[in-house]
This record gives sequence, C-alpha cells and structure tokens, in this order.
Amino acid sequence: MQIKVKLFATLRENREKEMMMDLTQGATPKDIIERLNIPKEEAAIIIINGRNAKPDRVLEDNDVVAIFPAVGGG
Amino acid sequence: MNKFIRIDMTAMKVTTEEVPEKYAGLGGRALTSNFVANEVKPTCHALGKNNKIIFAPGLLSGTAAPNSGRISVGAKSPLTGGIKESNAGGTFSQKMAKMGIKALVIEGMPADDKYHIIKIDMNGVTIEDAPAEIIGGCGNYKAIEVLSAKYGEKVGIALAGPAGEHRLPSANISFKDPEGNMRSAGRGGLGAVLGSKKVKALVIDETGAVAVPIADPEKFRAASKVFAKALLDHPVAGKGLAAYGTDVLVNILNEAGGLPAKNFTAGRIDHNDNISGETMNATITERGGEGKVSHGCHAGCIIRCSQWYTDKQGKYITSGFEYETIWGLGADAGIKDLDDIAYIDREMDDIGIDSIETAVAVACAMEGGLLPWGDGKAVLEAVKGIAVPTPLGRIIGSGTAVVGKVCGLFRVPVVKDQAIPAYDPRPVKGIGLTYATTPMGADHTAGYCISGNILKVGADIDPLKKDGQIEYSRAMQIGTASVDSTGMCLFVYFGIADNPGGYQALIDMINSQYGISLTATDVDKLGESVLKVERAFNKAAGFTNAHDRLPEFFEYEPCPPHNVVWDFTPEEIDEVYNF
Repeated sequence: MQIKVKLFATLRENREKEMMMDLTQGATPKDIIERLNIPKEEAAIIIINGRNAKPDRVLEDNDVVAIFPAVGGG
Repeated sequence: MNKFIRIDMTAMKVTTEEVPEKYAGLGGRALTSNFVANEVKPTCHALGKNNKIIFAPGLLSGTAAPNSGRISVGAKSPLTGGIKESNAGGTFSQKMAKMGIKALVIEGMPADDKYHIIKIDMNGVTIEDAPAEIIGGCGNYKAIEVLSAKYGEKVGIALAGPAGEHRLPSANISFKDPEGNMRSAGRGGLGAVLGSKKVKALVIDETGAVAVPIADPEKFRAASKVFAKALLDHPVAGKGLAAYGTDVLVNILNEAGGLPAKNFTAGRIDHNDNISGETMNATITERGGEGKVSHGCHAGCIIRCSQWYTDKQGKYITSGFEYETIWGLGADAGIKDLDDIAYIDREMDDIGIDSIETAVAVACAMEGGLLPWGDGKAVLEAVKGIAVPTPLGRIIGSGTAVVGKVCGLFRVPVVKDQAIPAYDPRPVKGIGLTYATTPMGADHTAGYCISGNILKVGADIDPLKKDGQIEYSRAMQIGTASVDSTGMCLFVYFGIADNPGGYQALIDMINSQYGISLTATDVDKLGESVLKVERAFNKAAGFTNAHDRLPEFFEYEPCPPHNVVWDFTPEEIDEVYNF
C-alpha cells in the first residue's frame, strides 16, 4: 500500500522532508520510523490524516503520516 | 524588594513607600492583579484618570534563576474592559528587582498634553519632559536609541509607541532588550493606558544597586542548577525552541488541522512551507550576516526561542519573530511571503501595537473588503498608517472587534473583545475553554492546552473530544497564574511539566530566596487566588458568565478538514471556574 510520509524539524536533517512509501498490509508508523533510522525517542508526535496516533496504529492505503520530534512554542 | 513607588501624574508627585503587608509575598501577575483589584474602580474608563497601571517584577526576577526576567504590567484594559496582566522579557524587570523595587504604580492624569519620561535611579524617581523628537510618530527603534543616548546605553526602557500616544486599544508597551531592540507586553492595550497618562517612557538605571538578597544562597544555587538542567535536558525547552523558534508550530498545527486560515474559515493551508519555523531557520542560516537562529530576550534566558531575522543582504529586520504573528499574517490573512511578514512584524514593533490583535484585525479587514486578501505590501502600508494615524490605521489599531463592527461581519474571532490567537477552538477543544473563560479575554498563554492536546507534553488528550478538557483547562490556567507570578518565562513549563524534580526546584528557589517553605499545594492556591481576584474584578466591571463564550459562528460553521464545530454547552464551560 502507498503511504505519504512527512518529516518535520530535526527529523529532516539528512532525510527527505516528504516521500511516498510502499508498505505491506499491517504496517505501522513504527515500521516507517525504523526504515528511516529515526531513533524511537525522537519520533515524539505522530499525526495520521490530521489525528494524533500511537506508533503501533495499523496503517491503511493512502494514509498521510506526519512525524515530529518534541516541539513546542506558543 | 522593599520599595513600592507611586507616581501621581495629576499632582506630578512621587511617593516611595514600604511594601504594604498584603503584597509582601506577591510578585508578577499575583501582585499586579491584586493591586488592580484593590485600587482600580472596576467601572472606571480605562483611559480616564481613575485607571492605574502597575509594573512588577516576578518573585525570582533579578536573581540568577534561569529565565526569571519577565515583567508583569497590570491595569484595566481599554481593549476588553476587564482586568489585564501582560508580561514581557527585556531588561526592565531585573533592574527593578536589583534596585529593590517591588512595584511602580502610575496613577492620575495630567491636565496638559505634554508627554513625560519617568526616570528611576538609585537617587529616586523624577518626572521629566519627553524629548520632542520621540513624540508624534517616532518609531520605537529610534526612540530607544534617543533615550539610550540621553540616559545611558545600559538603561532599561519601557515605552508607549505611536499607537500608545494615539491611545489605541491594541497599543502595547515595549521593553528594551539586551541589544537595544524590543520585547512587548503585547495584549490588552496597556500602551494606551500609559499614553493616556501622558507617560511616553519609563527609564531605569540600576547603577549602584546591589545583588538581590538571598536567604539561603547555597540552597538557592543547588535548586537553580537542578532547574537549569531540567530545562536544558528537555527536547523542547533545551533544543527545539532555540533551533526553530515558536514558529515551529505552523507545521504541526497545520497537520493537526487546527491552524486557523482565512479569518477562521478553515484549519489548514497549502503554503505552510513558506512560513514554517523550518523555513525561517533555513533562511536565517543561509542569509548569514547579522542573522541569529537563537536569541534570548533577557539575561539568563537559556531557552532562547527568539531570533534575529534578516533581509537578503543579511541585515536585521526583526527579532522575536513569533508563531502567533506569522500565523496571523501568514495563515489567517493569507500572506505567503515570510519577508513581507517580517517587515510588517518590524513595523508593528516600531509602532508599538499588539502583533496578535493587529494580525487578526487585518484578516477581518480583508474579509470586510478593507484590504485585499494576502497582500503583504498593502498590509504594510495600512499598518504604517497606524502611526499617522490614518482613518484605516485607527480602525485596524482599534482591534478585531472594532474592525468586525465597522465591516458588518458576524465572523469576528474575539472573546471579551480580544482577538483569538493561533489555534482553532473547534478542532483543538481544550484551548477553546481557555479562550472562553480566562479573565484576560481570548489568550492562549492563559492556559496553554495545546500542550496536552497537540504537543503531548504534560498530558495526552484527544483535541477533537471533550473528555478531560474542562479539568485540563482549569489546571493549566491555575498553573499559569502561578508561573506568571514568579517572573519565569512560561516556556519553563515545557521543561518541568513531566519532571517533578524540575518543578520542585522552582519552588525551592522561591523558598531559599525568601526563607519560606511553600509547598506545591501553596503554589496552586496562589494561582487559584489570582484567578479568583481577576474574575471578581471583571464581575464588578459588569462581566457575567455570558461573556465566557466563544463567538457564535464557531457553533455552526464546521472547520475543515475535520469539519467539527464548537460544542461545549454553557453549563460545561462554566465548570472550568468551579473551584
């Protein structure tokens, strides 16, 4: 299945900021994080199709997965 | 801090008193709000002789505690008609604290139209004529230069810009920062109150002052070390804010569908990459020259969320280039060029006008046909007109609620006439409760529920659901009222929210400075008492629970992409202040 992956802030260092990924059925954000060699603790916020999600959420075809390090402001 | 100074602008008389007993344990917002509640007639006109304006450093200001240099300013707000506390960085707070000044109060109003400078040094306080060249449209950058040349390069300055002289309801008070640029007590029109009292600026020179006394220096040092480590070890407080500034939020709010766009008609934009913190960082780095990716707004700031943003030649345009401003102009008003936004930001600082209120007012003016959508050049000209002031400048400088009325709009994003900032309350429900209920009028900093709703710091709450939001907004508002009383930058919250040791270190610093033994419960009680005092003032000024509501359009206009509406009932909203 095709998943759109978006990376932000420090996670863009030495990585593309946006990419399409071909993943097998049952894949989760955890698989993406591992494939991109992102240290687990650096993937602090995951947003799938505009909604916060956990790393073990099972993905569906055409999902948009945004991964952020810990960020804040205000 | 043992001096309580009153400057009576009617009699042109200065009185230095001992700190009244009831204010002895208070600082920052706790002090300004209690003072306003005790001494300002709630029904007075905010620009009349019965309003009073108070400047107070936080409890820890002037010490070596990291990030403790915030100053609180309080008065009745000409924007909201309610109580106001607005705080800022810069150098003023630490100088006041080192001089032992607990509070500076300006009251009364002179009969003539002459502007004054209030000069504070170790010999006392004098009221002087303001230099003619900084009156009548002179920008704040120039005014700071003139005053620094006259009174000394190192003096601290608080000033009303042209917007304050025109007594516009969104005029801010600008504080000189360590490099001679400025930070603002932005919200609620306190610059207009200063202008109404014919005070152009306060200038403070702490030459000859000694260090702030610390009851138990060893314990203080130890606690300060733990506190600094808590901040520096946290990925947001110690690293993220320095690298990307607060503008890092553009992308995450955009992904979450909570970035208000085109006068709050959507929660997402397509040009987010043009205006994001990542782009700002890359632009500053690439342009080199005077640019700085990280910058602290006061001595002792270790978070360093500010920056110096430059033009293509690497020359300084603006600093403290914040998410709220960039969102307001970039997403809400649709300006797609970050340089255009930077020039408008500089102009707003130079004129001394709140960059949140003004950006939201600009977006409303676009909906109302007064300005073309997304036109940065047109907005810059209109904002420059505030200093003149042109009729359009006066309208925009009067804030979002006035623009909405002038244009005959129903989609006017304000609570208590103060503009709603950069998080849509429909898809991020927690922050909506804070906007609705804080005595300040719509204000994200009064109880920053974005933290647990979106950023997952300190809590993990579904932003699209109501569950847990009432209790969360209440707790965040109480905690914020406490932090605002310490002189601490609110961003220390990121470092201590999930770190009990860091939070305890903050309390230990206060205890070892004053030789007292506050507990976490006492600190919560302080926050609660501040909110109760503020709310009582507003009630006496005529506010009821019916004012604790979001604009009606949020209830019937779904916000894409989630297509949700604001659905808290009045009874649920009223639960926030049930403590």
